[in-house]
Amino acid sequence: MIKFFLMVNKQGQTRLSKYYEHVDINKRTLLETEVIKSCLSRSNEQCSFIEYKDFKLIYRQYAALFIVVGVNDTENEMAIYEFIHNFVEVLDEYFSRVVIMNYRNVEMTPESIILLFFYLRLMGTKYN
Amino acid sequence: MPAPIRLRELIRTIRTARTQAEEREMIQKECAAIRSSFREEDNTYRCRNVAKLLYMHMLGYPAHFGQLECLKLIASQKFTDKRIGYLGAMLLLDERQDVHLLMTNCIKNDLNHSTQFVQGLALCTLGCMGSSEMCRDLAGEVEKLLKTSNSYLRKKAALCAVHVIRKVPELMEMFLPATKNLLNEKNHGVLHTSVVLLTEMCERSPDMLAHFRKNEKLVPQLVRILKNLIMSGYSPEHDVSGISDPFLQVRILRLLRILGRNDDDSSEAMNDILAQVATNTETSKNVGNAILYETVLTIMDIKSESGLRVLAINILGRFLLNNDKNIRYVALTSLLKTVQTDHNAVQRHRSTIVDCLKDLDVSIKRRAMELSFALVNGNNIRGMMKELLYFLDSCEPEFKADCASGIFLAAEKYAPSKRWHIDTIMRVLTTAGSYVRDDAVPNLIQLITNSVEMHAYTVQRLYKAILGDYSQQPLVQVAAWCIGEYGDLLVSGQCEEEEPIQVTEDEVLDILESVLISNMSTSVTRGYALTAIMKLSTRFTCTVNRIKKVVSIYGSSIDVELQQRAVEYNALFKKYDHMRSALLERMPVMEKVTTNGPTEIVQTNGETEPAPLETKPPPSGPQPTSQANDLLDLLGGNDITPVIPTAPTSKPASAGGELLDLLGDINLTGAPATAPTPAPVPQISQPSFLLDGLSSQPLFNDIASGIPSITAYSKNGLKIEFTFERSNTNPSVTVITIQASNSTELDMTDFVFQAAVPKTFQLQLLSPSSSIVPAFNTGTITQVIKVLNPQKQQLRMRIKLTYNHKGSAMQDLAEVNNFPPQSWQ
Repeated sequence: MIKFFLMVNKQGQTRLSKYYEHVDINKRTLLETEVIKSCLSRSNEQCSFIEYKDFKLIYRQYAALFIVVGVNDTENEMAIYEFIHNFVEVLDEYFSRVVIMNYRNVEMTPESIILLFFYLRLMGTKYN
Repeated sequence: MPAPIRLRELIRTIRTARTQAEEREMIQKECAAIRSSFREEDNTYRCRNVAKLLYMHMLGYPAHFGQLECLKLIASQKFTDKRIGYLGAMLLLDERQDVHLLMTNCIKNDLNHSTQFVQGLALCTLGCMGSSEMCRDLAGEVEKLLKTSNSYLRKKAALCAVHVIRKVPELMEMFLPATKNLLNEKNHGVLHTSVVLLTEMCERSPDMLAHFRKNEKLVPQLVRILKNLIMSGYSPEHDVSGISDPFLQVRILRLLRILGRNDDDSSEAMNDILAQVATNTETSKNVGNAILYETVLTIMDIKSESGLRVLAINILGRFLLNNDKNIRYVALTSLLKTVQTDHNAVQRHRSTIVDCLKDLDVSIKRRAMELSFALVNGNNIRGMMKELLYFLDSCEPEFKADCASGIFLAAEKYAPSKRWHIDTIMRVLTTAGSYVRDDAVPNLIQLITNSVEMHAYTVQRLYKAILGDYSQQPLVQVAAWCIGEYGDLLVSGQCEEEEPIQVTEDEVLDILESVLISNMSTSVTRGYALTAIMKLSTRFTCTVNRIKKVVSIYGSSIDVELQQRAVEYNALFKKYDHMRSALLERMPVMEKVTTNGPTEIVQTNGETEPAPLETKPPPSGPQPTSQANDLLDLLGGNDITPVIPTAPTSKPASAGGELLDLLGDINLTGAPATAPTPAPVPQISQPSFLLDGLSSQPLFNDIASGIPSITAYSKNGLKIEFTFERSNTNPSVTVITIQASNSTELDMTDFVFQAAVPKTFQLQLLSPSSSIVPAFNTGTITQVIKVLNPQKQQLRMRIKLTYNHKGSAMQDLAEVNNFPPQSWQ
């Protein structure tokens, strides 16, 4: 079951976050900083699955952006890994003026954020 | 008031902030603007404001004041408003807020709206944050939508149904009829969500599971769908890197796993398709591997035929050789799960697994370590241990403790020879000495005492190890203890296994003293060292004065523990010098502790009538206790059974006698019992909890009817019978009353009964009625034993009897094993 879905940049700023379970708002920022810290400290040699508290984190790096999904034990890690890539491809298709490599400069229209949320909702529940 | 800025502007502004404080300031300003705009009840810009609020919420700032606005947006007729409203509801509202119930009516209306997109919004929101009341109210609507022909709605309705079932499990039956046709859809979206729904139903309710297996013929349907997915050609809609809809495939495999678990028929129906998937899937990309991984998990979980299982393990083996770290990690995880059941198959891949120990990735190393320990057996112990020791050398500190414990366990189970075992332990102590767990030290000590022939070799190696470096506490503790015990072997230079080294007594004392002085030694280690020095006073011949000096120095140490020991040892030198050699004798061989159960026997002695003892100065009262406990520490490890140390058979100078008994050795220095020692008894507060536990409840209020009494011992005319009573209030207490009778023609005098029980029990002996067993069965000695058996293990007892009969001292040991089950269950 997916617990949360984060898009965080290298400086630790959250670009997008979606929680599938209730987490207090101050705990969220804490969680996000810890997660990005563990992801940043990994080198290229290491695998994309980290054990963090009682979650598993599956992360993928696209230039300056990290996409991190937190799951519990029952999930197929590699399927989630594939899902992350699928998600990025969809974004790329849909917001065709968005260049994946330049996520720092992306301007999200209001529609895009909302659609993003809805898409995540659907995708997320499929994986719950 | 100027029009509120758009979300886009807001994001741009926030991005320009360079510090956290600047960002916070901007956001606060914007929040204030939004709040005043809400107060104005402005319909046109509400949507925009709420969108901004949601963005700020995502960044981590409080946004609760927007909840009511979301509701207003939901109630509006405009689609754009509704969209933001529902989104806001999903993000900001949940069951905890009372406001959410106001949404129910809106959602109900929207579920019946003419536009599918509005219906979709409502379904999404209900499926995201619907509370159980809402779900109960709206479940009927959802069920209706589940049956529509519109696939867009159907898939959303299926997901909503999943949420409803989670919140209100009783409603599961309501959705059952709708599921009949779900899998006949062509639309993959509907298929996917339907499989999710079915999975949820099967996981939640075993009845549903049985129903689906038998009545619905679910397995054949799923097999058919999966087959189509694999066999069908390229479909641009669903293709991901050459594989058609891998997400659906994975979902179906997972559902098959649940259906096939513990069910032969279903498992059989899916054998073919699993084999097909396993062999046909492309493994060059991650996608294919993800599917294979799921297939392997399914094969291992259902009752598959052995050929299929071998196939699965081989796939995992192939994964292990793959260059991709993710795949290796996943393979190691699954192998760990299967090693219990398919041990032999996994053994084949042992060398690859051991290679993974050298990987750079921490997660992989950890998995490989756990798997290696699971694979160790009698045949491969030597090779594996070499690898594991090398791993211990080079791994990260967080692994060292686990690795060390694992190595000890494995060595204990499969050691091919005692010398190898000791060598391995030494190696672990020297490489990861400071990471070894605390409970390893007593275990090791016990192991060493057991290998009698290796004593000289062990002590020599330990001595050499700490000569160089005495900072690793567990190593120093074990070494100090051994040197104290076997120092004479060390100095005499007799060692068969290795080249004996020439060590003088002074050198040994030097090293022990430096341990005592060193800043790196903990208090516990110092205690070990001091006791060791003391023991050497009997084993060494020429340095006794030096030892006396050292001991007397520590008599004024700041550390209370050390001071107490030193004072007691001093007293030993001064007043009880004749006792010293007996007292500091070699420790007896301790019984081997198996990893499962408690077989270590610790002797406890019974209290006898207190009688004052002339030569007992006050400080020596607590003296034997602490020393006893001290030694018990070394004997037993963690749980110190509360000792009630009195030695009924000892002489006036009782200190030694008590300890001798506690040491468990049967070398009583003979003399008949006179007034036994008393003084320690009142000062002992530790056993109070035992006494509390036993005496606070009226034990004899529940005479256990029907526990048969047993004859525990019958020899040479002496018969001892046990009768049992169980307390109703404290079921782990058994009270045994012993009756000793004598059928010979002469009395037995100075009769003393002692008992010992395994470590998980606690024993208390109360005073006997007398110490004379009259002849011809004319009377009996009665004594009460209270046994505390918290773990409800089988009661066993070893008893020792000493008495005078026909002018000679007799003693006997016996084991009592015939306790009736009712006495301890």
